[in-house]
This record gives sequence, structure tokens and C-alpha cells, in this order.
Amino acid sequence: MEEKPKVVVTRTRRADSAAKDFPYTQAQIRPGEALQAYRARAWAAYQKHSLPDTSLEAWRRTDLRSLPVDAFPLPLPEAYHDLPSVQEDLLLPLADGQHGGQIILRPGGASVELSQELAAQGVIFTDLLTAEREHPALLAKLAGKTVNPEEGKFAALAAAFAQNGILLYIPKNVQVQAPLHSILWGPGGYAHFSHLLILVEEGASVTYVHEAASPDEPGINTLHAGIVEIQVMQGANLRFVELQSWGKHAWNFSHERARVERDAQLDWIFGAIGSRLTKNFSELDLAGQGAQGRMSGFYFTDGNQHLDHDTQQNHLAPHTSSDLLFKGALKGKSRSVWQGMIYVAPGAQKTDGYQANRNLVLDDRARADSIPGLEILADDVRCTHGATVGKLEEEPLFYLKSRGIPQDEAEKLVVEGFFDPIFQRIPFEGVRERFQNYIADKMSH
Amino acid sequence: MSILEIKNLHVGIDGKEIVKGLNLTINSGEVHAIMGPNGTGKSTLSYALMGHPSYEVTEGEVWFKGQNILDLEPDERSRLGMFLAFQYPVAIPGVTVANFLRSAINARRRAENPEDKGVSIPEFRKMLKEKMSMLKMDPAFAGRYLNDGFSGGEKKRAEILQMAVLQPSIAILDETDSGLDIDALRIVSEGVNTLMNEEMGVLVITHYQRLLNYIKPHFVHVMMGGRIVESGGPDLALQLEEHGYDWVREKYEAAE
Repeated sequence: MEEKPKVVVTRTRRADSAAKDFPYTQAQIRPGEALQAYRARAWAAYQKHSLPDTSLEAWRRTDLRSLPVDAFPLPLPEAYHDLPSVQEDLLLPLADGQHGGQIILRPGGASVELSQELAAQGVIFTDLLTAEREHPALLAKLAGKTVNPEEGKFAALAAAFAQNGILLYIPKNVQVQAPLHSILWGPGGYAHFSHLLILVEEGASVTYVHEAASPDEPGINTLHAGIVEIQVMQGANLRFVELQSWGKHAWNFSHERARVERDAQLDWIFGAIGSRLTKNFSELDLAGQGAQGRMSGFYFTDGNQHLDHDTQQNHLAPHTSSDLLFKGALKGKSRSVWQGMIYVAPGAQKTDGYQANRNLVLDDRARADSIPGLEILADDVRCTHGATVGKLEEEPLFYLKSRGIPQDEAEKLVVEGFFDPIFQRIPFEGVRERFQNYIADKMSH
Repeated sequence: MSILEIKNLHVGIDGKEIVKGLNLTINSGEVHAIMGPNGTGKSTLSYALMGHPSYEVTEGEVWFKGQNILDLEPDERSRLGMFLAFQYPVAIPGVTVANFLRSAINARRRAENPEDKGVSIPEFRKMLKEKMSMLKMDPAFAGRYLNDGFSGGEKKRAEILQMAVLQPSIAILDETDSGLDIDALRIVSEGVNTLMNEEMGVLVITHYQRLLNYIKPHFVHVMMGGRIVESGGPDLALQLEEHGYDWVREKYEAAE
């Protein structure tokens, strides 16, 4: 560890504003009727919050002291023309079948495709700027509905400054067969702020894949702060896959919450392999009786990566069930944190909550922290959890080698086997293949 | 022609010598059995032959297919044609029997030709189905995670299935009869006998004579104190069954 001079700061409200902070100003907030009030609220929250430090429980294991707050200018409109273009392979369908729609969000611009059939059924799948012009009322209704900009510095930041984002709206009882796909492409030394708003109306269903990615660009710094707000209304069904493969120079923060209403279902899949540092808050609110939510997470870190996933399963109504499995592998000097909580509200009887986090540490210098938690305020519930951190063992590797499989392939097989329970939960061949490619890639260097 | 030639082999684990100068030659077409009481180094010998990293060979040579294999990695030994049926096969959660076997076959093909695209799925399925039916295994078995939750009998059957798929030129069976009921023992033994051929050698390591009723050895050796102390024909196994090991022990200790 480097020796650092000790600075004693007396903590007062004034001192907060003197602490390290981003240089953004109110004048940089994009004008626009639709979200004006929301953004004003977010700006106030942004000013009130200082950058989180490790004295806060949620940030105890994720230290932002080396975050270069002055290094992230906002991209100008059409900035993408001078930046690396989106990787072709990211545009391929991941969920089964051809896309019903695809949106590419680039710095300073977006392109949108939606099948005429879906548009005719009233499906809205568009980028944030278009939504601000064409669907201001809907947008104003959804923004801040599940993620409050006041939740934290980065929620406020993304809420106030989002340049890019997605509005997805599925009308009542519409069953969308073809999956929808969006890509947030964030090259360059910029701040990318994104806001995803998803409303699946009563009895509707859809599969939606969103990925955030950027090329590795050593020597620069990239910031992403995002908000994901999801509402799955009564009897509706959403399968939502979120992948992040940010370059190794990216600082990535997100606040995400899904509200699942009566008898509705959410199948939420996360895949994370990128970024220098990630802090992600994902919350599942089972708000209506009989609501079900499943959260499946895959992560694989190497080098100096630091990925921190904070999950919360809130059982707010009776007869709700949640099932969370996060599995991660670590190489190099990387670090992962998973901190999970199942909360059962008073009166949320007959709930069934499960959470498990399993880690495979492939290198002695890597470290995984796994912190499960339960807070149960009802008496007739079933909640279980498990957390493990293990290493590659010698005996399985010897066994595989004794059958002619070389060391590196044997390791890969064991790691794939470790992740298999996650693969089993993913209903899309394309996503499974993507994860397998992630493994192959991470294991090969 | 000799397939496997072990010369003055010394093996230790954690600095303690277990195998203390073992000599054995196996010719093609021969089945050898090594018998002996517990703790005489039988399993140490099998692990050392396969190259387990915890077992340190301190002296001696092991010649297989014209080379001293002691410097080879376990996977190289396997691809050269050595096979060890483990006494305690380890579970590999998340890796199915089929996926594992396909990886093992493809590793062989790729070692021959780095450009090889691997065995085709239909060809692999057909081959696997044949081998499994020979061992009277339920086809659903191929989809189970390797050794994960297998009964003792299923584990041993899975070992012989691997042998059938990999077709080694020397097979070492380490206590393959332990944990098997009589029906399973018969199936497993028939499997080994079917796979045996004139180009191949088998080394059966066993505590009991029972297995040798099914897999008939040409030569029987008694191992004690890390060495082979007595060798003979199939009769030796029967003699041990009847009289135990005490007479060998007395003879061996007298000679010490």
C-alpha cells in the first residue's frame, strides 16, 4: 500500500460540498418539457449528496477515492462519428428468434428499429430523446416511479443528466414474441448517463435484452451512471437480460428496481464481465400477491477489476416468491462483492424467498466477498440463503487430465461446470453461448 | 512385446516413501493382478503411474511405448494410451458425462492435429450409445453430471465406460470391484473382457480375489511394504484367498 498523508476533515454540511465532486453544472442539464420537474428534483438531490465513501454500509467494500471526477466530459451531439463504432457481434440476436426491434444508443445519437407489426399493436420501443418528444406524458408518469433520484449520488446524476435511454411500453394483453434488443455503446473518455424505463401492462409479455458495452481503451477514463426502472403489471411477464461488457477503463454505476404486481412474473438475468469498477444496485419489489421474481447473475472478473453487486428482494405482499442465484469466477487481482438482502414486510405471509451466491476464485490474489442477509417481519414464510467462496481443486483437474484433457482445458471445463446452474436458468441459447464465450475469453489469458 | 516396464520405482508422498523399489513388466495381451493387504502402496503405485502431482517419484523409470513417461503430464500419459480406473472417482459438478467424454476425445484429436474440428455430434452420439449399451447403462446417464451423486456401482461403470471410449493400450483398474454388487461386478468385468485385446495390457489392483473370478489374470503379484514380494500364476490368487497374506508376510519378513 502507498503511504498517503492523513487528512482530517470535520464533517459538516459545508465540508461535504468542499469534498471531491464531479464538475457538472445545472446548465448542462438537457432542456425538455417532459422530464423538467423530474430533472429539477434530481439536480437538487445531486447537489445534496456527496460522493459516497466507505463509511456508508453499501459502499464499505467499494472505494471511490481513485475515481477521477474531472475526467468525464459530457459527449456533444453526434460525438460518435469520431469514436470507435459499435462491435458487429453485439448486434446479433441473443434471445431466440430475430429481433422485433433494435436500438443502438451512441454518444450523442441513437438509431431505432421496430417492426411495423409491433408498432401497430401499440408497442413503444424507442430512445429517450424521441420519447421525450413523442411520449412526454408516459415518460413523465414513469420517471422516478421505481427508482428515486434521491437514493444516491449516482441515481441523481443519471436522472439529471441522462443523454440516452430507452422507453419500452407493452400495451395490455399484447404478447410480443420476437425479442427486443438494445445496446448502449459507450466509447471514448466521456460520461455516459442512461435511463431505461420499462412498463409491461396487464397481461402482456415480452423478452428484452439490453447490453452496455465499450471497447477497451487503455489510458482513458469512461464513466457510466444508469437508472433502470421496471414495472410489470398484473399478470404480465417480462424476461429481461442485462449484459455489461464495459471496457476495462470504465467506471460503472447503476440503480435498478423492478416492481412486480399481482400474479406477474419477472425473469431477470445479469451478465457482467466488464468495467474497471462497477457498483450496481438491483432491487426486486414483489408488490402484488402472487408476484414472482427470479434473478440470475453471471460475473467473471480478471486483472484489477472490481465488481460490486448489491441485490435486494423485497416481499411486500403475501404469496410472493423470489429466487436469486448469482455465480462468479475471479482471476488475477480482481475482486467481487455480492451483498444480498431478502426483506419480508409485515403481513407478507406465505412468501418463499431464496438467495445464493457462489464464487470460484481462480487466483490466490483475487478475492470474493459474499454477504447474504435476511430481514423477515412476517411469521409464516420460507426464506433460505447460501453463500460460498471456493477455489479450483486439484483432484477434479487431475481426474480430467488423466483422461487426456490438457490443464487449461480441464480448468475451463470445471469453470463451465461451475456456471452450469446459471446456464440452466437461462432460457436463451444465444445468451448461454455469449456466457460461454465470456468464459473462454477470460480463461484464455 | 512389453507395453509397460516399471524399473526400481520409488514413490513418496509428503516426504514419506510408500513404494520402495518396484519392478514389473507387462507384455501385450497380458492381464496382471497386484494383490496385497491395505496400506502396502497399491493405490500409490496407480496414482504415480498416472502422474498425480502429490505423489513424488524419487527413483526409477517407467517405460511405456518406448519412452520413460515420468516427465510427462497426466494428460500426455493418457493420450499416449494409459488409463487409470479410479478407486474413488471424483465428482465434476456441472459437467455432463457426454460433454466430458467429448472433450476427452477432442483433446486426443487436437493433440494429433491442432486444426481438428472435433468429433461430430451424430458420430459421437452413436459411439457413446454403443458403448453404453455394452455396459447396460441407461442412455439418460450421459446427461448426468460426471460422478455427481452416482452410486458406487454407477461410478465404477462410468470408469469402464471411459475406458471403452478412450481405448487405452494399458488399463490400470484400481479396486474396481469395491462397492459393486455381484450383477454390477459381472457387467463391469464383461466390459473389461470385451475391451481386452492382443495389443493391450491390463493391471488389476485388488484387495480381494473376487474380481479375478471374472477378469482372469495371467500373472498374480503380491505387494507388501512397497514392493512385489511374490509372483505367480492365477493359482496364487486362490492360495491367498484360502490362506490369507500371513504366509507371504512371514516369508517376506524372514527374507528381510
